[in-house]
Amino acid sequence: MNKFLYRKNVVFAIFISIIAIYIIRLFYMQIMDDSYKIMASSNSQRIETQYPARGLIFDRNRKLLVENESAYDLMIIPRQVKDFDTTELITILDIEKETLVKSIEKCKKYSRHKASILISQITSDKYAILQEKLHKYKGFFVQTRTLRKYNVNHSADVFGYIGEVSPDRIKKDSSYSRGDYIGISGLERSFEKDLRGKKGQKIVLVDNFNRIKGNFKEGQYDVPAIVGEDLITTLDSELQEYAYKLMQNKKGGIIAIEPQTGEILLKLSCPGYDPKLMVGLQRGRNYGKLSKDPAKPLFDRTVMAAYPPGSTFKTLQALIGQQEGVINESTCFSCASGASFGSLSMKCHAHPSPLDLAGSVANSCNPYYVHNWRRILENNKYKNVRDAYGNWREIAMSFGLGQKICPDFYNELSGSIPSQEYFDRRFRTQNWRWSYIMSISIGQGELLITPLQIANMVSVIANRGYYMTPHIVRDENKVERHNVEIRREYFEPVIKGMSGAVNGEAGTARVARVNGVEVCGKTGTVQNPHGDDHSVFMAFAPRENPKIAIAVYVENGVWGGRNAAPIASLLIEKYLNGEITAPHRLDLEKRMMETNLMNPKGNK
Amino acid sequence: MRSRDNVLKNIDWLTILFYLMLVFMGWFNIYAAVYDENHSSIFDMTQQYGKQLMWIGTSCILGILILLTDSKFFTAFSKPIYIATIALLVFVLLFGREVKGAKAWFELGSIRIQPAEFAKFATCLVLANVMSKFNFKMMSLKNLITVGFLLALPAGLILLQNDTGSALVYSTFVFVMYREGLHGSILLLGLIGIVLFVFTLLYSTTLVLSLVLLGTLVTIYYYRQNIQEIYKITIFYCSLLLLFWGIDFIGSFEIDFSLLMLCSYVITTITIMVIVLKQRIRYITLVLLTSWACIGGSLSVDYIFPKLLPHQQDRINLLLGKVSDPMGIGYNVNQSQIAIGSGGVIGKGFLQGTQTKFNFVPEQSTDFIFCTVGEEWGFLGSSIVLILLLTLILRVISLAERQRSAFSRIYGYGVASILFFHMAINIGMTIGVVPVIGIPLPFFSYGGSSLWAFTILLFIFIRLDANRLQVFS
Repeated sequence: MNKFLYRKNVVFAIFISIIAIYIIRLFYMQIMDDSYKIMASSNSQRIETQYPARGLIFDRNRKLLVENESAYDLMIIPRQVKDFDTTELITILDIEKETLVKSIEKCKKYSRHKASILISQITSDKYAILQEKLHKYKGFFVQTRTLRKYNVNHSADVFGYIGEVSPDRIKKDSSYSRGDYIGISGLERSFEKDLRGKKGQKIVLVDNFNRIKGNFKEGQYDVPAIVGEDLITTLDSELQEYAYKLMQNKKGGIIAIEPQTGEILLKLSCPGYDPKLMVGLQRGRNYGKLSKDPAKPLFDRTVMAAYPPGSTFKTLQALIGQQEGVINESTCFSCASGASFGSLSMKCHAHPSPLDLAGSVANSCNPYYVHNWRRILENNKYKNVRDAYGNWREIAMSFGLGQKICPDFYNELSGSIPSQEYFDRRFRTQNWRWSYIMSISIGQGELLITPLQIANMVSVIANRGYYMTPHIVRDENKVERHNVEIRREYFEPVIKGMSGAVNGEAGTARVARVNGVEVCGKTGTVQNPHGDDHSVFMAFAPRENPKIAIAVYVENGVWGGRNAAPIASLLIEKYLNGEITAPHRLDLEKRMMETNLMNPKGNK
Repeated sequence: MRSRDNVLKNIDWLTILFYLMLVFMGWFNIYAAVYDENHSSIFDMTQQYGKQLMWIGTSCILGILILLTDSKFFTAFSKPIYIATIALLVFVLLFGREVKGAKAWFELGSIRIQPAEFAKFATCLVLANVMSKFNFKMMSLKNLITVGFLLALPAGLILLQNDTGSALVYSTFVFVMYREGLHGSILLLGLIGIVLFVFTLLYSTTLVLSLVLLGTLVTIYYYRQNIQEIYKITIFYCSLLLLFWGIDFIGSFEIDFSLLMLCSYVITTITIMVIVLKQRIRYITLVLLTSWACIGGSLSVDYIFPKLLPHQQDRINLLLGKVSDPMGIGYNVNQSQIAIGSGGVIGKGFLQGTQTKFNFVPEQSTDFIFCTVGEEWGFLGSSIVLILLLTLILRVISLAERQRSAFSRIYGYGVASILFFHMAINIGMTIGVVPVIGIPLPFFSYGGSSLWAFTILLFIFIRLDANRLQVFS
């Protein structure tokens, strides 16, 4: 083996030369080249997230409703924090020492090396003081971001609010990180993808004194933030404001739609809350208060509250009766404050008798619709009541009932038109009789319909046979025309009746009469076992070429003509005429604004 | 038979001194790397530095036990130890626990053990055993295959664990084989291979082909010392190339130029071969074959490289400067170099490092421990560590050369090669001259398995060395 002995030297030479190269490289890096020292003395590269401004929200006339304002978050990198003057800091920030200590502990727990928010949303005046002293606080820095600013003090149900993104959401969607804001409800949530924009990042070099020394590599790796898209809604903010005033101290929901387009002009859930409450440091506390309020201000009564539709449903019943050929416009039934049907009876109020179809709508005659219902369900065309009901249900659902109709509202509920199967189970037979479900004839019983669906139903009547997908932000791809299975000519007698209800001598909603405009409406009263009945009114105007269709629901409003109809008619007048001028109308306006139904006496 | 005093007297205390110095330097640097003011005691067992002290203690016990073992045990049991280790590597693939993408760990309670670390000394032992057989000729095909198999088996199993770094360690045995008679040209070929790989990635095929052809001409001239021949070959080749190029140009076939070069070279090779075979000229066939091997290798890089894992491609591209992304894939290397580079002549001082304190440098107590050395102890400290490690390695080689038994010598070379490979790759990676390959720095990096394994590796050699005089008994 000795002949290979020289190879020891070869191996030695290889090993030594490689290590020599390394030492030369180290000499160059550590002694000759200053750039590493400069990079290190700027101590660290800090990635500052550039938060984009959220998109603005406008009304249909480009009036700015929701905008942004600057806020400042005090950030901390726990590992870099050296001893600091806590007393001074808590004085500047105006917080308790305990809060500060707790908050620091929380940040440390999250990460000792990554920046996290110590105190969020510092006001600009506090920020001004803090900024000057910040160099004394190693490991602290301030990050600017935008907060929502609302130019209205109502309609929180429409706009919704934003808040910090939840850990679960971060896990699902990596474009969010801790401390980001996300739309939690309303438009902020439905249009989160458009409004949020895109975060950017800026890499800055910071020195030992926490001062920004410049951009890393001249900003080569910076990504600018992309501002969120603005949202132009179809809302009429003046009408919204007016509705808010009229609904003071009342519970309920209002929806108004432009029938030809499906654009939502007005959406208000009452009582609402001031959207400003959901911004800033007090949000948590305010949220707690609102969620405990027995009036449920966080509950969106326009799209989530499903009530039986009451007598407004008679319009639909009259349309289906005609379509099924069981009644026509001259069909008359007599009624003497009620009528009996075998062993059952149906009460009614005093009105002329007998009534034709239009008259039955105008006077809201209950027995008329029981007759109609019986004829619809006992129609010889169908094998049995069950099949007749199935056909009826299909037509009713083509009006947008029992389903979600507006994709712009993430929280919309579908309401319910019970299926045949539901009644099969309920009655434990498939051979149920019409009288088992008699109350549906007049819009009571098992039906559940949201104010949005009522407004949509009245849009169908206004359009004489179709509705456009209701929407609050214009988007041609989403809006479709939905035809209903009723022939156009059958609408006229119903509309005549609805006009009669408002403009006729004996109508149920004479209070809704507006000078110079032919308002067509239908009152409704929803039986409420817990207290005063709910007042509901739906209307459209003018009769020809309707410009607005509206549904007003007032909880504990006693009956349709008493609260819902006046409010609806004032809103129609305001929208079509621009203002209320007649003295008796101004009196009505004043009376409605002052009516307080928050604690009705009849409530049990 | 022999008294213990005899063994103690023959132990190379200098090596042990180096070992202890390195281990304790490592411990202090781990302390500095993960220093936490809430746990400022270096003995705090909840922290890595506390645990490392425990590993150091147990390693010392292991070392003593090995020194007390009869050295015949290692020669006699080298094969069973190897087989047992291979079995462990198979088991870990089946039942192991995956940590950071590598299925390389056994979990025993709170302690995790990485069998790949122990496979190194086992392979070292078995190679020493096989290669020390009487009349062992390194260059015989049978022996080459045997040794290749013994190396490929653990390397392959470790590769399956997804631990490329530890698998690459086995390439270091080429030094051992070289010392035992492997032809020097193979070492050279390895070097050419690395250069070709880098050039193929960096430059166009045409340039790489030109370089290979130029190298071939130079080699032919080196053997033949006949400049006329070189002229003839060059003119022959160039006219062919011109002809092909002309055809391509007139017919506008738009054939790739490198392909034209290849065609011309094929014809040139065949022509030379005919002449060579007629005149029975030696070596030229081998040179031509080598040149074709180089061309083949270079061309295959384009197919092999995209087959590498994306992060491996990134690391190589990064090192070659083909991509620059200090906030993304280049973050580790960039931060590691800032840390070391900012150390200056004498460093920032113990615990005074800033870059290694803020988690800017990843794995700062394990694979990137050298960053702490560089930042806190500067050029002086880094050089001392490098020289100390190198001295230990060269000392081992020198000791290996004084052995009477081939087994001890081969084992010693194995120890030195393994230590050197780890050192060169690990430190090279932190200073940006080698792609990022995650293997520990011997005696420095945090981790029980690696410290134990390096201790066993070294102490077996110290034990063998202590016995060198009694080798024939």
